[in-house]
Amino acid sequence: MKLSYYPGCTLKSHARNFDESTVASMARLGVEVKELDRWNCCGTVHGLASDDLMHRMAPITNLIRVKEESANAFMTSCAMCYNTLKRANQAVRADADALSTINDFLSLENTKYTGDVEVLHLLEILRDQVGFEKITSLVKRPLKGLRVACYYGCLLVRPESVAIDDVENPTVMEKLVTALGATPVRFPLKTECCGAYHTVGQPELIADRTNRILGNAYDGAADVVVVSCPLCAYNLDHRQQEARRIYSDFHPLPVLYFTQLMSIALGCDNAVLCFDLHHVDPQPALAGLGLV
Amino acid sequence: MGIAKSASAAASGGLSDPAIDRKVTVYVMGKACEVPATATIMGAIEYAGHQIIRGAGCREGYCGACATIYRMSGDYKIRTGLACTTMVEEGMVLAQIPSVPAEKVVYDIEKLKPNVSAVQQTYPVVFRCVACNTCTRSCPQDIRVMDYVQAAKRGDIAAITELSYYCVACGLCMLRCPAEITQPLVATLAKRLYGRYLSKNSPELAVRVGAVADGRYDAEYAELMALGRSALSDRYYARDTE
Repeated sequence: MKLSYYPGCTLKSHARNFDESTVASMARLGVEVKELDRWNCCGTVHGLASDDLMHRMAPITNLIRVKEESANAFMTSCAMCYNTLKRANQAVRADADALSTINDFLSLENTKYTGDVEVLHLLEILRDQVGFEKITSLVKRPLKGLRVACYYGCLLVRPESVAIDDVENPTVMEKLVTALGATPVRFPLKTECCGAYHTVGQPELIADRTNRILGNAYDGAADVVVVSCPLCAYNLDHRQQEARRIYSDFHPLPVLYFTQLMSIALGCDNAVLCFDLHHVDPQPALAGLGLV
Repeated sequence: MGIAKSASAAASGGLSDPAIDRKVTVYVMGKACEVPATATIMGAIEYAGHQIIRGAGCREGYCGACATIYRMSGDYKIRTGLACTTMVEEGMVLAQIPSVPAEKVVYDIEKLKPNVSAVQQTYPVVFRCVACNTCTRSCPQDIRVMDYVQAAKRGDIAAITELSYYCVACGLCMLRCPAEITQPLVATLAKRLYGRYLSKNSPELAVRVGAVADGRYDAEYAELMALGRSALSDRYYARDTE
């Protein structure tokens, strides 16, 4: 099985651990992940003004690139890229005039976009195309004893039109970590917002969110938290420094991408884990269970 | 204005080649001019009697000094080109760009690393890119400018260096960019970072530099310097090239 892959800018810089563990773990599952030859920034945030077509150029150009490589679907593991690309796709599919204006503006492109590319998240691929049973059968190092809090944040499940799972109680990541041999914990705040871009101007606000969200995971006796979004990862991991300073009862928790747990369980080279990019080192929690 | 009316308009000098005699009409600073159909834009402007005192350089497509924007009569599109290498066409409405203002950031290459942080610290304007691709459309060198701006957003210094290799820094992309990015300066930064941190070491280079320093080529230099113009020219065109 071969899959067109859109990594996104952050996965090529500050979240290389996400990119490398995605590619390595998918190879172990027998899926060849083919990064698009040409791609640009997804647009980062979906603009809510329906006539703000300039900010649709970036996502739609990417969908054209997918078509140019003779694919009709592609996968990204970044929740933010997924959300932005999928919502732009839905917006132009629902508005022929807007799509026509965009195609007219992108006159340099030899390929016109006609709404004919599917945007998929890696978790959808794992659930619907690979299957959790197959994943279990390929596990080399079961994550036995590892208690995992699966954090979805906003972008995988909101708005409902792009949700990859139940909006209020998604469970796809819990099913994945179970397939890898780990134990998902009860985690009521798994779809709370991490605070997103407020991290730039109001880090103390993020520290508050981090304290609440990770505190909830800690109450479930989680060893680690897994995420699918580099901004969630930054806020929940790096902002623990502020959380620790402000909240005396805060307990640090390692934050990993779900693909890193896949890489460990599927026996990938530890180099793809890039633990040097983490603020809270996940190695003690994993080493305690003999996993790294 | 970069163009001054010259006292002596260029004359055709009595040539009677029909290809040269065929004329087209172009508009220089709003004024219709009959110019030879075989002229470049730069040649046409000078033929029309203007002296280009700013916005001309090598006249061979290398230096990027002669950025031109133009429209064709009856067409909405703004087109771009280098005046020295673009041929005139009937109905061109021309405007020369003497220079493009852009702020060059001062940085210490030793304090930067070849990653996205270097771009963030020096040219954060890069992150205003909305991927409209107007820069690529405006490039007279057919560079995929937007692709290298996107590579800059993810810190791929090697990709910027490769994609921007043929940039002559004419500035047309940064003039057209709705996000006001200074693309050629970002490319220059990337090339410097590439040279400092990523390019392969060439042991052959050190050997050759050492040989030059040791005076191994002094006699050959002296011989060349003593040659007359035509002999030097003969040697030049007879040289080995890759």
